[in-house]
Amino acid sequence: MLSPEEKHEIDEELKHLPYKESAAIDALKIVQNHRGWVTDEALDDVGEYLDMSPDALDSIATFYNLIFRKPVGEHVIRICDSVSCYLTGYENLRDAITKKLGIKLGGTTEDNKFTFLPIQCLGTCDHAPAMMIDDELYRDLTPEKLDEIFAQYK
Amino acid sequence: MPTIYIDDNPYEVKEGKNLLDAVLSLGEDLPYFCWHPDLGSVGACRQCAVIQFQDEEDEQGRLVMACMTPASEGTRISIQHPDASQFRENVIEWLMVNHPHDCPVCDEGGECHLQDMTVMSGHNYRDFRFKKRTHRNQDLGPFINHEMNRCIACYRCVRYYRDYAGGGDLQAFAAHDHVYFGRHEDGVLESEFSGNLVEVCPTGVFTDKTLKRHYTRKWDLQSAPSICNHCGLGCNTIAGERYGTLRRILNRYNSSVNGSFLCDRGRFGYEFVNDDARILTPVMKNVETRQFEEVSEDDAVAKIAELTRDKNSVIGIGSPRASLESNFALRTLVGSNRYSSGMSNAETELVNLSRQILNDGPAHSASLKDVEKSDAVLVLGEDLTNTAPMMALAVRQAVRNQPVEKAKQAGIPEWNDNAVRELIQDEKGPLYLATPTNTKLDDVATKTYNAAPQDLARFGFAVAQFLAEESPKVIGLDEDVKSMAKSAADALKNAKRPLVISGTSLLNKSLIQSAANVAWSLCANGKKAEIALTVPEANSMGMSFLEGQGIESAFERAASDDIKTAIILENDLTRRVDSKAWNQFLKNVENIVVIDHLENETTAAADILLPAGTFADSDGTLINNEGRAQRFFQAFEDDSAVQESWRWLQGVLDLGKDTDVSDWYSLDNVFSAMTKSVDTFKGDIVVAPDAKFRINDQKIPRSPYRYSGRTAMKANVDIHVHKPPQDPDSPLSFSMEGYSGKQPSGLTSFFWSPGWNSVQSTNKYKNEVGGELRGGDPGIRLIEPKRNASPKYFTEVPEPFSPREGEWLSIPLHHIFGSEELSAKSFGLSKRAPEPYVALNPSSAEKLGLQMESRVSVKLDGTEHTLPITLHENLPDGVIGLPVGLPDFNGIPLPNWSKISGATE
Ligand code: SF4
Ligand code: SF4
Ligand code: FES
Repeated sequence: MLSPEEKHEIDEELKHLPYKESAAIDALKIVQNHRGWVTDEALDDVGEYLDMSPDALDSIATFYNLIFRKPVGEHVIRICDSVSCYLTGYENLRDAITKKLGIKLGGTTEDNKFTFLPIQCLGTCDHAPAMMIDDELYRDLTPEKLDEIFAQYK
Repeated sequence: MPTIYIDDNPYEVKEGKNLLDAVLSLGEDLPYFCWHPDLGSVGACRQCAVIQFQDEEDEQGRLVMACMTPASEGTRISIQHPDASQFRENVIEWLMVNHPHDCPVCDEGGECHLQDMTVMSGHNYRDFRFKKRTHRNQDLGPFINHEMNRCIACYRCVRYYRDYAGGGDLQAFAAHDHVYFGRHEDGVLESEFSGNLVEVCPTGVFTDKTLKRHYTRKWDLQSAPSICNHCGLGCNTIAGERYGTLRRILNRYNSSVNGSFLCDRGRFGYEFVNDDARILTPVMKNVETRQFEEVSEDDAVAKIAELTRDKNSVIGIGSPRASLESNFALRTLVGSNRYSSGMSNAETELVNLSRQILNDGPAHSASLKDVEKSDAVLVLGEDLTNTAPMMALAVRQAVRNQPVEKAKQAGIPEWNDNAVRELIQDEKGPLYLATPTNTKLDDVATKTYNAAPQDLARFGFAVAQFLAEESPKVIGLDEDVKSMAKSAADALKNAKRPLVISGTSLLNKSLIQSAANVAWSLCANGKKAEIALTVPEANSMGMSFLEGQGIESAFERAASDDIKTAIILENDLTRRVDSKAWNQFLKNVENIVVIDHLENETTAAADILLPAGTFADSDGTLINNEGRAQRFFQAFEDDSAVQESWRWLQGVLDLGKDTDVSDWYSLDNVFSAMTKSVDTFKGDIVVAPDAKFRINDQKIPRSPYRYSGRTAMKANVDIHVHKPPQDPDSPLSFSMEGYSGKQPSGLTSFFWSPGWNSVQSTNKYKNEVGGELRGGDPGIRLIEPKRNASPKYFTEVPEPFSPREGEWLSIPLHHIFGSEELSAKSFGLSKRAPEPYVALNPSSAEKLGLQMESRVSVKLDGTEHTLPITLHENLPDGVIGLPVGLPDFNGIPLPNWSKISGATE
């Protein structure tokens, strides 16, 4: 069941939209904000609220890589593997994070603190290589800078 | 007509087409994937690339997608241009990057569009040396097999399933090279039209799971053009056989009937043909032991001839699931006044009424194509998805016509599928549904009205009244019903091609009459109105042409006259009459002769039982609901005694010597004897090319020329090569020998064209994409409207329904899976049939103190049934719904008043 807050936020979106279905992406994001990720149950809940089959909703959910259909850790690290970052040291950076956290791309640390994911372009090519942790952007990265950054998330 | 230039040659093409459609309609080859004749263009796969030139001077040209480019006057393209063909080859190469190349174990192999296009585009070697992505497959239920690794992401499946057929549970998931087509979780594909995925998907992702159980390659099948047996619409099919068993049913394109698609009952309901309960030899009951004992064919026929010597002591009960020829042979044997249609009296009356309305009135009897083309629809009483499934699919297309018209006016051609859908969003043309409870078409309806059958008829009469003053008034209608009737009337009046649909499924005469009034009043308003009336079975309409009486009347006759022998043709009467009447009938007649193909309760009561052919191992003619006579041909012949029922009866007639049947050695002659002697058939009727038809002196083969193993397949019996069976009934040969060009329409046992092994080869058999088959669509309409007739309106408006205290009106609810006798016996379909239940609305359930899980006992016609309940939100008060044709309800006449009470556990 959708919580009252979830419902309220989805209703806010619906106000601006001509069709219920148009709120699908926002509704998924709202539910993800509240629950951490989009569970099968969440799909049923949102589907019912928007008159959509869970199948149709899942089709949208699985298309976007910022909507999670699997549980993620407390913080999500997104490292850019697009051209500029690739040329400026993405691979070293990736390996350094893997070494530091003990997880490969797609993995979540055992303490459930971090999930490590690739992303295509963070829009900051002039400061490559870059990554994002939750909503925070980190630029001009080197493996050496990582300790300091991760210290903030202890 | 615009002229276009393809590789510098001028061609005239039809206005409004895209280049791909135009090129294919001209008979040229051009590879494609995402385009489909019934789904239009989306320009997604980039396979149909050609070079387009600005004008004669332009030597450079540019690459365009043929499916997205209009074929307008003066368009110049090159298909052969090296840049275009190189591009197409590269497209295939990258589509194949993740493809497993597993053709040898793929069920699509040998009839695969991907194989065909790969060869056509010239991508011959695979150079990809890396790891391929793989997917987990899903269990999609008993009909469809899923193998996602073979997907080329053309999106046809979801466009068909979701956009065309209205299904909600098949989707595209994820993105880029791991895009996935399936359900959100494992489970049965819910659409009643899921089987078409098998033909829509150009690869081996979705294949026929029932075929897999007895798999054979297309080239190894011996097939014949056939007609679906499982409802009254008569969809055209291809029945394919190998080693004496029927392997599968495929769609057979007929632009006037089913077009490119079939329903799942029609596609997967065939396996009864291979059932262990098939009757294969003539048997007679031993007088002492009451056990069946084998007899020779001659002895059986002689015995029946003896029993029928005195015609006055014989009645014949025919069948709406048997061919015209077999019914006619029975009618000839017993005499027209002792012949019964094998339908109940009520059904006989309704089918006769339907034929009369179509025949005498000014409204045109709608083909499925007409239904699809109509732009305002009123449905009175029918739950089409369950009673005439393909008509439901046609109505789903019809509601698009008005909005699509707007798109056309905005300059968007209809084939530009995405743009059209984007423009019309969820706008729908008028569709008014009046049914007893909710139906699967509700989601596209303008308005729905759920009420008891007689109230639905009153609604129909009210619509007619709004259209024509002379049509009878309906007194005491609720305001909201009246206003819905008014808006339905307006919608129909404002439409270009208004259509009224009704039918026999609720066994309510007033409903059909009200539909006629609506259609006729539209005609009186100067509209070219269409009317479609569904009938219960494949040859119900044919039975009306043969003018037999109903079963109850035949039973009465058996009771009063001195009837000693009854001949029952392909009919399980225990499904149609209650057990009391049946047992009385068995007492009244001494000898029961049954001709049928599957054991059932009626065959068990036989004294003499003869093996009949099914649609797959016999030939015959059927008349569908529209009044279209269509021929089905035998796909195979085996060594058993099975033969057409009319052949058995011909033997009996021959011994009797009353009628000269010496020329009844072929179907054509029986058919023409029928049209000559039965008045309802006027003159010479040609349903299909006759048995003497030849092309270049050659017969038309039932198998492709690659058919393998013919000389060895009987090696376990005999070292000599067996001669193929002879076929006196058709111009088809039981082999791959014969005319190797394209078979004429109506004689197409398989679609094939050089380079086109898949079902997409169908395009090569059409006059144009989406158009008629070359030489005209097969079959012939025997009913045409009298456009200038102005028949009297039906005047008997029924009283409003009033619920009774302590009694419930039980009405029939139909199920696509389970309600029809033969298909329900098929392996896959039996898994989809519901368990018997009683449906009622929640407030009635509450009144009776019933919960969701409750069971109730229903007293109907003296018998008591204990059943679980199903809640139907919209079923009217005082009405319960009972599923038709499920074992518990056989022979119970519906509608009927019944008592229910909570069952004591
Ligand atoms: S499953 Fe078949 S129809 Fe669907 S996208 Fe893949 S290849 Fe095309
Ligand atoms: S709609 Fe009727 S005739 Fe057509 S395939 Fe289905 S059952 Fe057969
Ligand atoms: S068929 Fe033209 S792009 Fe797919």
